[in-house]
Amino acid sequence: MIITIHVPCDSAAKAVGADDVAEAIAAEAAKRNLSLWVSRNSSRGMFWLETFVEVETPQGRIGYGPVEPGNVTSLFEAGFHEGKSHKLCHGLVENLPWLKNQERLTFARAGVTDPLSISDYVSHGGFEGLTKALKLQSAEIVTEVTNSGLRGRGGAAFPTGIKWKTVHDTKADQKYICCNADEGDSGTFADRMVMEGDPFMLIEGMTIAGLAAGATMGYIYIRSEYPDAITTMEDAIAIAISANWLGLDIQSTDKSFHLGVRRGAGAYICGEETAMLESLEGKRGMVRAKPPIPALIGLFGKPTIINNVLSFAAIPYILAKGGAAYKNYGMGRSRGTLPFQLAGNIKQGGLVEKAFGITLKDLINEFGGGTFTGRPLRAVQVGGPLGSYIPAAKLDVAMDYETLAAAGAMVGHGGIIVFDDTVDMAQQARFAMEFCAIESCGKCTPCRIGSTRGAETIDKIVAGENVSANLTLLEDLCQTMTDGSLCAMGGLTPMPVMSALKHFPEDFSPAKRMAAE
Amino acid sequence: MSGKTTLLAFAKSPAEAVCAAYDNRPDALLEILHDVQAEIGHVPENTLPVIAKALNLSRAEVYGVATFYHDFHLKPAGKHHIKLCRAEACQSMGARELQAMAEKFLSIRMGGTTVDNRITLEATYCLGLCASAPAIMVNGRPVARVDAAKFEKLVGELA
Repeated sequence: MIITIHVPCDSAAKAVGADDVAEAIAAEAAKRNLSLWVSRNSSRGMFWLETFVEVETPQGRIGYGPVEPGNVTSLFEAGFHEGKSHKLCHGLVENLPWLKNQERLTFARAGVTDPLSISDYVSHGGFEGLTKALKLQSAEIVTEVTNSGLRGRGGAAFPTGIKWKTVHDTKADQKYICCNADEGDSGTFADRMVMEGDPFMLIEGMTIAGLAAGATMGYIYIRSEYPDAITTMEDAIAIAISANWLGLDIQSTDKSFHLGVRRGAGAYICGEETAMLESLEGKRGMVRAKPPIPALIGLFGKPTIINNVLSFAAIPYILAKGGAAYKNYGMGRSRGTLPFQLAGNIKQGGLVEKAFGITLKDLINEFGGGTFTGRPLRAVQVGGPLGSYIPAAKLDVAMDYETLAAAGAMVGHGGIIVFDDTVDMAQQARFAMEFCAIESCGKCTPCRIGSTRGAETIDKIVAGENVSANLTLLEDLCQTMTDGSLCAMGGLTPMPVMSALKHFPEDFSPAKRMAAE
Repeated sequence: MSGKTTLLAFAKSPAEAVCAAYDNRPDALLEILHDVQAEIGHVPENTLPVIAKALNLSRAEVYGVATFYHDFHLKPAGKHHIKLCRAEACQSMGARELQAMAEKFLSIRMGGTTVDNRITLEATYCLGLCASAPAIMVNGRPVARVDAAKFEKLVGELA
């Protein structure tokens, strides 16, 4: 009997040596004359266990991790290829509480399938949504999405159904579907995991959007920092075309949709949707003024649906199981699930897909297991570099768009970065301004100049120069950036700055800093 | 050369050939600059007018794009590229200390190239390896959970 062993090909696994592990397993098996197949699956998203190796047994998959090439000989000696015990063994993967306690709708196939196997995809529910959509009128698809309550997962949380309806209702000779895969927020990697691990799901979601809007062309704008995601998406598109799930006359239905990948070039601002459109047109990533909204005048001046990877990735489930099934998850006006990403100084970092409403505390303690260093947690940044810093005492807050907004923070793209008590919050606040200065497109003054002046002002405060006057100036500057910036880059940079100042004033006090040093 | 299409064989320069491969479409400018850089190692200033002509854009437009994006280098860089993530998730796991160590070890600042032209050290903002921080990228290959010892070993392995 051939033994099947799965070694993830996700770049977070490769970055800790998964390729070497796969090679070592194949070599050791050859040495032992075992007929063994090393499959490269996607990642479960349990990154503290990578490289997480899974062995197929009659009972199910048995997991081992974190495996390093040096462990491979001892694993074989212990009989891991028959699912036997070893100090790295975690037992049946499906029974692991970390996975069992999640509600994986979008990430149902994560770690289970080979990303580029279309037969794996189909045998695990893939293309069910598209098959249904191909039989529906475009307006019916839009209704299903509206009924799901799905809101844009990129961070702005705009109702997806309304956006789709706008494009659907607009008459034009050409419309476009654009996927924003410029996942630049630190602390986030869910888009990357979708593209590297389940690329057909994104293709399916975008194709359904094309059918709903009457668009025949789509682009996926992928940041250049994700080379593996780029190659996997390109390969998946070619495979989908040859299997007739993409391109002309999809599944002989007379309906067509074409898809192309475009690379970013290291500009954070291109995650802002209008800057992304400019970049897709081959221009500098300068933010456009809104209105007009891209749904009316978007790519090349045509009506365009722009959604984040996770929004498109939620669509196949919604079409397959119905909008109501998706809506059953969540709380308040935040419906469905969100793939939360536990990052930074955390013991068990990775991807946790849960219905909206789980508390930040439970995510960090129950799933995350506290800090990586074992030191006390001091601050958590939620929602990327434009998100607020939340102090340890205020983590008992439900993760849904409205509750978090009321607490002065935002869900954003679902990234959660944990800091221990060694963090210097004045340094973090300064970095927020510095990052804005580096990445600002330069179109509007509050963002372009305010960010540089902001960093200088924080330096003065920390150095003890006219502290109270400079604090007033900083607050005033932040207010100007909030009110006067063209987009979220300048408009939200004050969030991390002001939250750091509000919750951790002692870090900005020169006397206290001196005492600490 | 026989592997290239007829159109490419007529191209007078690599930049022209790259533009032709994208049907001289102006919206493909970023892709073109990426490919030129991959071919030559950087985007020499003398390729910009060539690209502008092929895409029917002004030189200013092409120069503007080439200088807007952090990825493109108009000047030659080192043989190897190391990108260090400076973003928050990596900061929480010691990215600032790693940067200081790397700068000292290579005797260059971020953005600089070693005197022997071997290594260029650059900042990047998030590689999507935020649960295995701090992360770096070595010649396009991501490496996670990097500490001083791992960094020195990686540098040592670069030819």
